[in-house]
Amino acid sequence: MELYRSHVLVCGGTGCSSSGSAKLIERFEDQLKEKGLDKEVKVVRTGCFGLCEAGPVVIVYPEGTFYSRVKVEDVDEIVSEHLLKGRKVQHLVYVDHKTHESSVQKSLSEIGFYKQQERVALRNCGVIDPENIDEYIAFDGYRALAKALTEMTPEQVIQEVLDSGLRGRGGAGFPTGKKWQFARASKAEHKYFVCNADEGDPGAFMDRSLLEGDPHAILEAMAIGGYAIGADEGWIYVRAEYPIAVKRLEKAIEQAHEYGLLGKNIFGTDFSFDIHIRLGAGAFVCGEETALMASIEGKRGEPRPKPPFPAVKGLFESPTNINNVETLGNIAQIILKGADWFKSIGIPTSTGTKVFALGGKINNTGLVEVPMGVKLRTIIEDIGGGIPNGKKFKAVQTGGPSGGCIPASLLDISVDYDSLTSVGAMMGSGGMIVMDEDNCMVDIARFFLDFTVDESCGKCTPCRIGTRRMLEILERITQGKGEEGDIEKLETLAENIKSSALCGLGQTAPNPVLSTIKFFRDEYEAHIKEKRCPAHHCQALLNYEITDACRGCTACARKCPVNAISGTVKQKHVIDTQKCIKCGNCMATCKFGAIIKK
Amino acid sequence: MPDNKEKYAKLQAAIEKHKGERGAVMPVLQEAMTIFGYVPQDVQEMIADGLGVTLSEVYGVSTFYSQFSLEPKGEHIIGVCLGTACYVKGSQKILDKLSEELKIEPGRTTADGLFSLNATRCLGACGLAPVMMIGEEVYGRLTPDQVPGILDKYRTAQ
Repeated sequence: MELYRSHVLVCGGTGCSSSGSAKLIERFEDQLKEKGLDKEVKVVRTGCFGLCEAGPVVIVYPEGTFYSRVKVEDVDEIVSEHLLKGRKVQHLVYVDHKTHESSVQKSLSEIGFYKQQERVALRNCGVIDPENIDEYIAFDGYRALAKALTEMTPEQVIQEVLDSGLRGRGGAGFPTGKKWQFARASKAEHKYFVCNADEGDPGAFMDRSLLEGDPHAILEAMAIGGYAIGADEGWIYVRAEYPIAVKRLEKAIEQAHEYGLLGKNIFGTDFSFDIHIRLGAGAFVCGEETALMASIEGKRGEPRPKPPFPAVKGLFESPTNINNVETLGNIAQIILKGADWFKSIGIPTSTGTKVFALGGKINNTGLVEVPMGVKLRTIIEDIGGGIPNGKKFKAVQTGGPSGGCIPASLLDISVDYDSLTSVGAMMGSGGMIVMDEDNCMVDIARFFLDFTVDESCGKCTPCRIGTRRMLEILERITQGKGEEGDIEKLETLAENIKSSALCGLGQTAPNPVLSTIKFFRDEYEAHIKEKRCPAHHCQALLNYEITDACRGCTACARKCPVNAISGTVKQKHVIDTQKCIKCGNCMATCKFGAIIKK
Repeated sequence: MPDNKEKYAKLQAAIEKHKGERGAVMPVLQEAMTIFGYVPQDVQEMIADGLGVTLSEVYGVSTFYSQFSLEPKGEHIIGVCLGTACYVKGSQKILDKLSEELKIEPGRTTADGLFSLNATRCLGACGLAPVMMIGEEVYGRLTPDQVPGILDKYRTAQ
């Protein structure tokens, strides 16, 4: 391996790629060549750094200087100042939202966003070049596989995972070691080990980042798992919407084959293992394991009743084990460092760490990994940096369309499987969407039901028809046509669907409605009884009014498509609420902030 | 058309490549989407014949997954993310603005065949919310008033 005096790490995750990080890399390489530094400084495209808000992100090592929102035209300055003359480019260095401190003198781990994080699954993301197997190997890659194959029996591998207390990171939290035990116990000629990378929860992108940032870690874990349960073939079912992840997985599989880390007689043992990729085609329900297997088999992705469980009869009728991407991201570390080390992180019932995708109304949007049992407040306020624009925090939604909303009064809750479930939310795959006072909770419930109705596969009646009835009621309420008794109707429907739907999608679909009713019943009541949306979000329930701040400039009257605004020049104008169609054009036009929503 | 002949030859090659593979219907349909941009009935018939499965099976799969389209799409496919993070940051307003500008409902294609407008699932770029994609290009941190300018870029490129 060649040695360089400096490394320029450019984030190649989805967020930063979308804001042009590929062009940055090109420019860096051109500039370095021009200055004759290309033998001294290496440019590396890494996986996600996590702090998407600051993207595109560039880190220069050995100093660990963190440059944020870098533009192509900034590259020349970084090269000529920092890399050539050794002077950090002060005005491009990341500034903490909360403390307004520049991170010029700080290393990465001292920045507020990173300080309270602990990276296990994401340990290599943003550190190595994901398309280079040598870099993965240099960071202990494939050592766990070697250890498992040459020093441990399959039973010992399973015992280690069982002892670690690792639970499924896809949402349900089933103990991973138990799953492996069941699959091991099934006797069959062929068994399959499947990686569920059909990350469908809106607002969740941890699996995507892990696949893009450290694909070999997933391959290694699958091989270890295959050895443990006695499988000879692995499948990765990944969303077609993730082209970068697919490309890197394909490349990683090819490289692992070249090095003999996949294929026949791995490490000279009897164990042979191969991995195939299958692309999804846009169906949320395929994240459910039986639906996912049907989809790999090339059929409609419809779930089927369990039992038989996949461990007994799964893919192509053979015993199958299915694990989520992030779950697998922990395996190699558990084998290398042992169950006791893993258990030392987190709390006894939820061990290890969890990756969350922070999004919505929060300053530091991005990917965070924290020990289980951390307070929700720590994630929102310290790591997330609070709510932008001085707005008030209202709720955080976890678990996507299967989860629930947690209100401000419960911000001190411990983030672990059981605590989140106890308040009607759930861990889910790790999406964490923050909402402020402008978000209407009835509308959020409607949004999720709209999603479920669209994604319901239609096989069972409670989900196909029940969720549609719930959506109709919610639409009525948000349009100001809610009736007395609607809340109770929603609750009855919800309970019935939960207890009778065929798969997890239907059984959890009512959760967003139930949890918003539980914590924000007053908002539902305001919509139904007073025909008022407290968050001023639901268009049909809004009234626009012109205040005394009006200067009579006539701009709003000219912009109104239905001529509902009248008044003479330099006099306060008035909106005719009967004519008004509530399009909001006037409010957007007014330069004096004289139009308000009521 | 010679152009079409080439496309059908490509499809035939894709069928041959996956023939005999377990669960071949989906990968072949995915290749057909790349070749034709949609999967009309004759393409589905060809796949069914080629793989030795019934047409109803191919049709069943092609109508189940949102990625497969039975109708031709516009030259530029616009996808507005309606994932939760984008939704709470106002992506519905972006979609409404596009709908108004293009004079089509989401899910439809403009009469000149230039744009198709879709509301999509989470694109996983939540850090840039609200986000839309036109073809492969991602536009983040959008406001409704940026929409006309962005569309013009594609219109004048014609």
